[in-house]
Amino acid sequence: MIHVESLHKKFGKNVVLDGLELNIDQGGIFAILGPNGSGKTTLIKTVLGMVIPNKGAITVMDSPVRNKWKYRQDINYLPQIANFPGNLKVKELIAMIKDIRQKPSDEQKLIGLFGLEPFLDKKLSNLSGGTKQKVNIVLTFMFDSPLIILDEPTNGLDPLSLIRLKELISEEKAKGKTFLITSHIMQFVEEVSDHIVYLLEGEIYFKGSIAELKTKTGQSNFEHAIAAISTHSNHD
Amino acid sequence: MNMPLRQYQPTATMIKILKYSFYDLMRSRWSYVYFLFYLLLGFVLLFLNNELSKAVITLMNVIIVLVPLIGTIFGVMYYYNSKEFTELLLAQPIKRSSIFLGQYFGVAGSLTVSLVLGLGIPFTLYGLFQSNAIWDFSLLLITGAFLTLIFTAIAFNIALSNENKIKGFGYAVLAWLFLAVIYDGLFLMSLIVFEEYPLDNLSLIATMFNPIDLSRTLILLKLDISALLGYTGAIFKQFFGTNLGLFVSIFMLFLWTVIPVWRLSYVAKRKDF
Repeated sequence: MIHVESLHKKFGKNVVLDGLELNIDQGGIFAILGPNGSGKTTLIKTVLGMVIPNKGAITVMDSPVRNKWKYRQDINYLPQIANFPGNLKVKELIAMIKDIRQKPSDEQKLIGLFGLEPFLDKKLSNLSGGTKQKVNIVLTFMFDSPLIILDEPTNGLDPLSLIRLKELISEEKAKGKTFLITSHIMQFVEEVSDHIVYLLEGEIYFKGSIAELKTKTGQSNFEHAIAAISTHSNHD
Repeated sequence: MNMPLRQYQPTATMIKILKYSFYDLMRSRWSYVYFLFYLLLGFVLLFLNNELSKAVITLMNVIIVLVPLIGTIFGVMYYYNSKEFTELLLAQPIKRSSIFLGQYFGVAGSLTVSLVLGLGIPFTLYGLFQSNAIWDFSLLLITGAFLTLIFTAIAFNIALSNENKIKGFGYAVLAWLFLAVIYDGLFLMSLIVFEEYPLDNLSLIATMFNPIDLSRTLILLKLDISALLGYTGAIFKQFFGTNLGLFVSIFMLFLWTVIPVWRLSYVAKRKDF
């Protein structure tokens, strides 16, 4: 599904990705974890073509990424900060993204699921952070794409919506879709993800299942296992 | 040939983005303030001057300074304010240049509409179409539109190259200040310092390299008040007064628009978001 080959990215003098190699197979949920500044968002953004790597190659579904844009038709992306043009109404924004994607969508079901009906005629600038995030989720999930990338999807969500989101993720996963998720909420990661990709200093430090991670670190608790892998690497 | 059912056409997408940016701005309070300002200005000038052609001259002095300033400020503000929205679009299957050009033309277009309608309504009500001033007025609106396009493009370029909003805003205002005020000062000083040399061609060229000066000269000469400008005015009239001069000046304004727009799309393609 995604193939990343010796990816290098520098911002000024700051090396963020340093020869990263990664293969993501189709189907399943991959959590991309790592300490702050380890390059999680940069990795996601290079896959999306938003950040242009200095060296290396990425292919998504056998199509190279560099200077291309059509491959994004098969990706749904949830950005970290949900900020939209303030003068647009929610339904206008949804209509606009549909207009741009030109793809069949089922936003009605999602609007109902997250209880957004009362907000459809409101301007986006008048919405709370959590409601904006729900709109963000509707925009991401309303299209049927094989690859879904979520950057901090739980931001600002109330408990009920969080449950809905998890249901939505497992529903889509059952259809054989591939997810890339970043999150700082370890409980959420443990609940939804099948594979862990742990980034450290611009390289993949660990890739495997949660069970493998626990065995490797000798911890029975997932949160402690993640903590252990970060401190373990500090001793090296 | 077998054509796929769903074709993605970059131009069509660009027009979609233009449309949304345009609507977004047309509904913001500031577009109305800008529109109402010109509406009021038009009525007041016509009321005070009581004559179309005189009102056009006063109007020129306002437009030549104000239109670039508003284009600069709106351009920078819109770019920074729509940063997250731009990121949302960048993750969609859209070509990068379509996003930025669409947004740029949306901003410049809505500003131009405010200008043309705000001034057009009072002047039309005053009997513009029956008057001789219609060509002068049209030229005024055309240069106003060019100045909007040029300064919005410069503002977008500056904003694209500066992540820091305060810096970007500062540079953009400085660029406007330079072209609107400082350039003229330097120009004037050089004329005084080198007064013993023939400066006709230098003046012509220096005028060409500043879109504000170029617009001002173009309108002044069209209004046929170049007699007020003395000897230099006569030289300018010889050049700008002719069809060739008009053509060259409009072409220069066109270049002033195309080059920043081209750079915008060039830089946008290589930038990280």
